[in-house]
Amino acid sequence: MEQAFLALLTIVIGVGGCVGYFWLSNIVLDKAIFPVGGPNANRNITRANAVRPWLFLLPAVLALGLYLAYPVFATAWLSLNRNEAGELVFVGFDNYRQMLGEDKFWESLRNNAIWLIVVPAMATAFGLLAAQLTDRIRWGNIAKSMIFMPMAISFVGASVIWKLIYDTREAGQTQIGILNAIWLKFDGGAGSFLLLRVLPALILLAGAAAILWVVWGQVRALSDGGTMAKALRVLGIVVGAWLAYVAVSWGFGAATAQLPYGQPQFWLQIPFWNNFFLMAVLIWLQTGFAMVILSAALRGVPEDTIEAAIIDGANPFQIFFKIKVPQIMGTIVVVWTTITITVLKVFDIVRAMSGGQQETQVLANYMYDKLFVAVDWGVGSASAMVILLLVTPILVWNVYNARKEMR
Amino acid sequence: MAELKLTNVEKAYGEVKVLKNINLDIKTGELIVFVGPSGCGKSTLLRMIAGLERITGGDFSIDGVRMNDVPPAQRGIAMVFQSYALYPHMTVRDNMSFALKIAKKSQADIDAAVAKAARILQLEPYLDRLPKALSGGQRQRVAIGRSIVRDPKVYLFDEPLSNLDAALRVATRIEIAQLKESMPNSTMIYVTHDQVEAMTLASRIVVLAGGGISQVGSPLTLYERPQNEFVAQFIGSPAMNLLPGEVVETGSVTTVKLANGGMARSAVPTLAADKGLKVNIGVRPEDMVGTEGEAIFKGEVEITEALGEVTLLYFKRQGDAAQVVAKLPGIHADLRRKLVSLTAVPEKVHLFANGTSLLYR
Repeated sequence: MEQAFLALLTIVIGVGGCVGYFWLSNIVLDKAIFPVGGPNANRNITRANAVRPWLFLLPAVLALGLYLAYPVFATAWLSLNRNEAGELVFVGFDNYRQMLGEDKFWESLRNNAIWLIVVPAMATAFGLLAAQLTDRIRWGNIAKSMIFMPMAISFVGASVIWKLIYDTREAGQTQIGILNAIWLKFDGGAGSFLLLRVLPALILLAGAAAILWVVWGQVRALSDGGTMAKALRVLGIVVGAWLAYVAVSWGFGAATAQLPYGQPQFWLQIPFWNNFFLMAVLIWLQTGFAMVILSAALRGVPEDTIEAAIIDGANPFQIFFKIKVPQIMGTIVVVWTTITITVLKVFDIVRAMSGGQQETQVLANYMYDKLFVAVDWGVGSASAMVILLLVTPILVWNVYNARKEMR
Repeated sequence: MAELKLTNVEKAYGEVKVLKNINLDIKTGELIVFVGPSGCGKSTLLRMIAGLERITGGDFSIDGVRMNDVPPAQRGIAMVFQSYALYPHMTVRDNMSFALKIAKKSQADIDAAVAKAARILQLEPYLDRLPKALSGGQRQRVAIGRSIVRDPKVYLFDEPLSNLDAALRVATRIEIAQLKESMPNSTMIYVTHDQVEAMTLASRIVVLAGGGISQVGSPLTLYERPQNEFVAQFIGSPAMNLLPGEVVETGSVTTVKLANGGMARSAVPTLAADKGLKVNIGVRPEDMVGTEGEAIFKGEVEITEALGEVTLLYFKRQGDAAQVVAKLPGIHADLRRKLVSLTAVPEKVHLFANGTSLLYR
């Protein structure tokens, strides 16, 4: 009870303080510094109006500086020092050198790269699909709320839910994890062959074909554009070709792998693939976000351009991919980059589900392990700087696109 | 070559029928204009012909083929939208070639069709621009070009000029007239609320009101021989004056004693049995002439609008009767607050009983 009262008091003081600051600073500005009236009234009003926005912004700028800007520089400084018995000793780039020599760091970097490719792509694609499919049906709004609901769940809460989905009991016991319950239904017969070999192989091959199609488009467009555009295209072609190769080899693997039918699986302990089980959690969380934003964007597409396309003879797929999607491309990029930033910072899910064990380490969790478990400020700060370095360009790109959308 | 036939076409949203009993035959090469007050369903009717709205009753056919359930793209129609509806992410060239690409035409055919349309519409310098880099009139031309490249049997225009400013509207109107001239075999349907567009462009005008067709006819038929009071007042500006009265003399020339005390003679013939019939006489403001003798109307001028070539006289209302307007040639600004007597030659005096013209009974 007393705590509730204290909380209420804090709120009142906080809000009252804010209001009081604006009110008082306004009065001081208009009455004391630049009084309205007297011989210089006109000049004073102009000056007061020039100062006012800065005055109102001041507390926010100070708070942001104290809690955001200062820590960045402090972290950068810490990453160049070693903590020896409470004393900071400048060691130059030793921390970075040590970090680059660790396998765990390269594992985090590799895993972050996979997260970075898979999660934004899947979340945006599913979000776009859900937005389009729920738009025209009567119970679409119910479906939307269901898809959006995970957004209200914290990352840790979602991790707990998905840990139950991946739960493993000994063979013979009732499996409470739904994934194992389904898995044990497969017995290696025709159904298993179709669902676990043919289907995934086909999906991966189709994915590879789609990537190659995009790559081919880039190859054909290689001759136009400036040097910068050409360089980007070549980069895209190389990455795309590599992704297509990976997809094909996975598809081959899916078709030929020996699967341990009848044995419950420890999903989060299967090296490499456990990363994807973790990614599923974030995709589940972020699809709702992508859907809501893209749904609004889709509704903003002028109806008569769609009608014109109908009269031009476009089928629903062509209308979607050639008329609607290009018109909301800016929003898609914003959604994509926003999710990308979330992914780069991903920490809670890995911490709560695997702790970064069994090759699931990611950068943010690596930083936590160094900074708070091993209490190695130097290497921890160095890894924090790496994350910052990776996030910044995407953030700039995101803000640039978001502002372009608003115009 | 396209003949359109609408038979008892109707459109219902649930229980509400917004259009009913639409019967219309459109011949090859005609330019038909749908006019009517807002909400009369003219755009809905056009969209039903386009296939964007379902036809809920009756039959619609093009060249004898029933089109009710044929998808829009296969009806052989092209449509120009009020808002242009250009694809904002495509260049002018891509906008115009989109339909042909969808139809899987060869690149050579597409290039030829786009080049031809661009030449007709003088869009050649703009082919590689995006729509946002074009002016309103240029966008409208691209929208028309997008229709031309498909070489449709029927062109549909949904208020294509209403987003343009006045000067551009006149210029584009003339361009559309020239376009029609250059394609004598294509049928066009044009929706507008602007009666100047209707009068200047149409080979026939369809006046829509109250969910049905009020009258179909050439522009001058509608102007000179309106079938009912609605058409009479809708066509022409300012609207036709309607004055109530009673037939006192019948024959090849009918004499009507008006409720305001005036006398009117009309060239509309009446039967002996019509004596005593309550009628409204209709006189267009431009047909009113000043007189010293027997007058149809006598009143005090409240407002004058001198436009140079003509002067509009707005008379003081008498009781709850509608305001009478006269349009006199020349400048008469000095008539304000003066008492003026007006009459009209019998050939210009229309007679309506129960809203319908006595010419058409």
